[in-house]
Amino acid sequence: MTVKEVAEKLDLSLLAGEDGMDREIHGCYIGDLLSWVMARASSGDIWLTVMGNVNAIAVAALTDAACIVLTESAPLDEDARTRAQQQGIPVLSTEMTAYQAARRIAELLP
Amino acid sequence: MSSLSLHYVVPGDDFTRAGEASSDVKNKLKKLGYNSDAIRRVAIAMYEAEINMVIHAGGGEAFVEVSPQNVEIQMVDHGPGIADIEKAMQAGYSTAPDKVRSLGFGAGMGLPNIAKYSDTLKIETEVGKGTTLYMTVLANR
Repeated sequence: MTVKEVAEKLDLSLLAGEDGMDREIHGCYIGDLLSWVMARASSGDIWLTVMGNVNAIAVAALTDAACIVLTESAPLDEDARTRAQQQGIPVLSTEMTAYQAARRIAELLP
Repeated sequence: MSSLSLHYVVPGDDFTRAGEASSDVKNKLKKLGYNSDAIRRVAIAMYEAEINMVIHAGGGEAFVEVSPQNVEIQMVDHGPGIADIEKAMQAGYSTAPDKVRSLGFGAGMGLPNIAKYSDTLKIETEVGKGTTLYMTVLANR
């Protein structure tokens, strides 16, 4: 399942980084403390968070996450949008809570 | 693979630029065909060290030596130094200000993460003078 397919099925809106929409998704990670996420998120994860700053983009890049999903319509900073665009890391938005989104994602992933 | 020497200046008090050095090292190691687990460990250890420099020390410098066997990283700052290393190494202990916490840092995981992801870590620190971290990440653990 790719980022694009998940985005369509969960009705996520794309905020930046469409170049990475064909990335394959292997799992899901939820967290807002960046050091914690950096230590534990895995390559190919969908990362559910409310952190829409430029450091979150760096953490997604360093952990090789497939995409960021900002839950509960958390805002994306302008410099974060620019960085995500440059690095081709999809940032998507949803009104769902992390719990609601994770339940939907669990239904999709094998 | 030939060896490679890199040098970066980590700007102080600028969270938007923290991570430039670790991202660049990550990309260079990728191009060299370095082991992907080693790349991840280098990137995380360096990024945490960069963030520490921005939060606590007003920036600093990074020196990176890449060889086929390992990556040696020196992170040098002239900040306040670490008063209690034992406490600083404990997960959850943090002296970061609230402003930093609102950015998602300051969870007291910087040094513990660095220790976890590097293969050797030596810290030289003197209160009022600064801190130097010597980290090594093996290409194959």
